[in-house]
Amino acid sequence: MRKSALNKWTDRSFFAVGLIATLTGLGVLLILLTDVLTDGSGRLSWQFLTSYPSRRPEEAGILSAWAGTAWIMALTGVIAFPLGIMAGIHLEEYGKKNWFTGLIEINIANLAGVPSIIYGLLGLGLFVRTLALGRSVIAGAATLALLILPIIILSTREALRSIPFSIREASYALGSTKWQTIRYQVLPAAMPGILTGTILAMSRAIGETAPLITIGALTYVAFLPASPVSAEFPFINLNGLSDAFTVLPIQIFNWVSRPQKGFFANAAAGIIVLLTITFLMNAVAIWLRHRYQKKIRW
Amino acid sequence: MVKAQIPEKDKVVKPMEAAFRVTRLSAYYGAKEALKDVTLDIPKRSVTAIIGPSGCGKSTFIRCFNRMNDLVREFRIEGEILYNGTSIYSDRVDIIELRREIGMVFQRPNPFPKSVFENVAYGLRIQGISRKSALKETVEESLKKAALWDEVKDRLHGSALSLSGGQQQRLCIARAIAVNPKVILFDEPCSALDPIASAKIEDLITELKKDYTVVIVTHNMQQAARVSEFTGFFMLGELVEFDVTKKIFTAPSNKLTEDYITGRFG
Repeated sequence: MRKSALNKWTDRSFFAVGLIATLTGLGVLLILLTDVLTDGSGRLSWQFLTSYPSRRPEEAGILSAWAGTAWIMALTGVIAFPLGIMAGIHLEEYGKKNWFTGLIEINIANLAGVPSIIYGLLGLGLFVRTLALGRSVIAGAATLALLILPIIILSTREALRSIPFSIREASYALGSTKWQTIRYQVLPAAMPGILTGTILAMSRAIGETAPLITIGALTYVAFLPASPVSAEFPFINLNGLSDAFTVLPIQIFNWVSRPQKGFFANAAAGIIVLLTITFLMNAVAIWLRHRYQKKIRW
Repeated sequence: MVKAQIPEKDKVVKPMEAAFRVTRLSAYYGAKEALKDVTLDIPKRSVTAIIGPSGCGKSTFIRCFNRMNDLVREFRIEGEILYNGTSIYSDRVDIIELRREIGMVFQRPNPFPKSVFENVAYGLRIQGISRKSALKETVEESLKKAALWDEVKDRLHGSALSLSGGQQQRLCIARAIAVNPKVILFDEPCSALDPIASAKIEDLITELKKDYTVVIVTHNMQQAARVSEFTGFFMLGELVEFDVTKKIFTAPSNKLTEDYITGRFG
C-alpha cells in the first residue's frame, strides 16, 4: 500500500518535472518570438522585402540579403546532400574495416564539432584564393556545404546502420546485387532518418555568419546575383554563382550594430524573415520525410 | 552417367538424381571450424531435412548452397559442392544467377517494409521486369502457390508488416517462388511461429516438393519426420548419419542418432 503511494508520487513528480522542462524551452521561444514580432512586424512590408540596404532605416530593405540566403542555402543543399549521402553509403556499406577507414571515421566525427570559423578560414584559403572563386556565391555555398557535410554523413551512416540485416539478407537471397540492395531496400528505408539529419544540418547552415564573413561576404550589397532562370535558351543562367553576396544573418548583425533606432526595427524584421525561411525550409524537408515514410510500410 | 558416379555408400539416393553433391565440405569462421568433412547428396524434387542440436552447423551447411555465408567476414570453405554438375564455389559461377535459382526462406519472417505486392514483385523488378501485367500475373500465381492469395488479395497494397507472423512467412515463400527457382532452402522456417502457422508452412512444403528441391533445417524432429523424405543428422559440425527419413527415425544405424531422436540429449 505504501509502496504504491510512493510510486504514484514518483510518477507525478516526474510528470511535473518533464512538463516544466518542456514549458521552459517553449516559454523562452515564445518570449523571443513576441519580442521580435512587436519590434519588427511594423517594419515588415513589401517595400522592406524588395528594397536594397540604405543608410536611411525607413528606406532600407532586405532584398539582397534574403535573395543571398536563398541562393546560398539552395546551393549548399545541392552540394552537401548528394555528397554526404554518397560518402555515408561508401563508409557504411562499402568501406573495408582497416586503419585507414578508421582514421576517416574519427576525423568525420571530429569535423562535426569543429567551430564554424575554422571552415571559414578553410573556405577562404581553398575556394576564394586557391581555386580563385573570389568572394562569390559558389565559394560561400561550398564553404557551408563543407561545414554541414560531416553532420549529413554521420546521420546517413546512423540511418543505414539502423536498417536490420535481415532486410539485406532477404534482398541478396533473391539475387540482388549489392547496389540493388542498397538502392531499392536499404536507402529508401533509411531516407527518413537521413532527411532528419539534413534538416538539422541545413538549419545550422542558415544561421551561420562567421564563416561567410571570413570568406568575404559583404555587408552592403545593392544588387542581386544574376537570376538563375533566363528568358532565352538554355533558360538556365549560372552567372549568379560568381556574384558577390550577403546573407540575412550578416545583414541583421549589421543593423543591430547601428546606433539609430530605426535600424533596430529593421533587424527585428530581418529576424522574422530569417525565421520564416528556416520554417519553410524545414517544412519542405518534413514533407519529403513524410512522403518517404508513407512509401515504406513498416 | 550421373548414377554411375554415385559411390557405393550413397546407394540410398541412387534412384533419384542429385541436385547437390557435397564432397568433403569443411567450413570455417576465422579459425573456428563449423563444418567438418561433410559428404552427402541432396536428391532432386524431394524434401531433405537437416536436424541436430543447436550449434551443430546445420544453418552454416544450408547457407553454403546459395553462398549466403559470403556475407560473413572471414568465412571460408574447403571441399566442393556441385549443383547440377557445377561447383558453386568456383570463380566462374555468377552468384546472382545462383541465388535466383536457389531461393531461401529465413528463420524469422523478413518481409521488406513495402506493400505485399511489392514484396513479391521485387525479385522480378531487379531482373528488369516492369510490365504491370507480367508483374501482376506472377505475383498472383506466387501468392496462390504459397497458399496466401485468398488472405491478402484485398490488401495487396497494404503493408506486408501488418500481416501475422505466419502470413509473413508465407509471403516470404511467395517472394522466393516468384523468381522461379529450382531449389528452395528453408532455414528453420517455423521457429518463430505458433503451431497452427507452422502446420500451414509444413503443408506448403509438402506441396512444393512436386516442383522444387527442398532443403529444410529444423530443430523440430517431428517436423523433420512429417515433411521430409531424407534426413541428415548433424552434430558438432559433423554429419553423423544421412538416410531415408523413415529409417533415421525407426532404425538409425548410429548410436548418437538414436540417442538424439529419442530425446536423450539435444
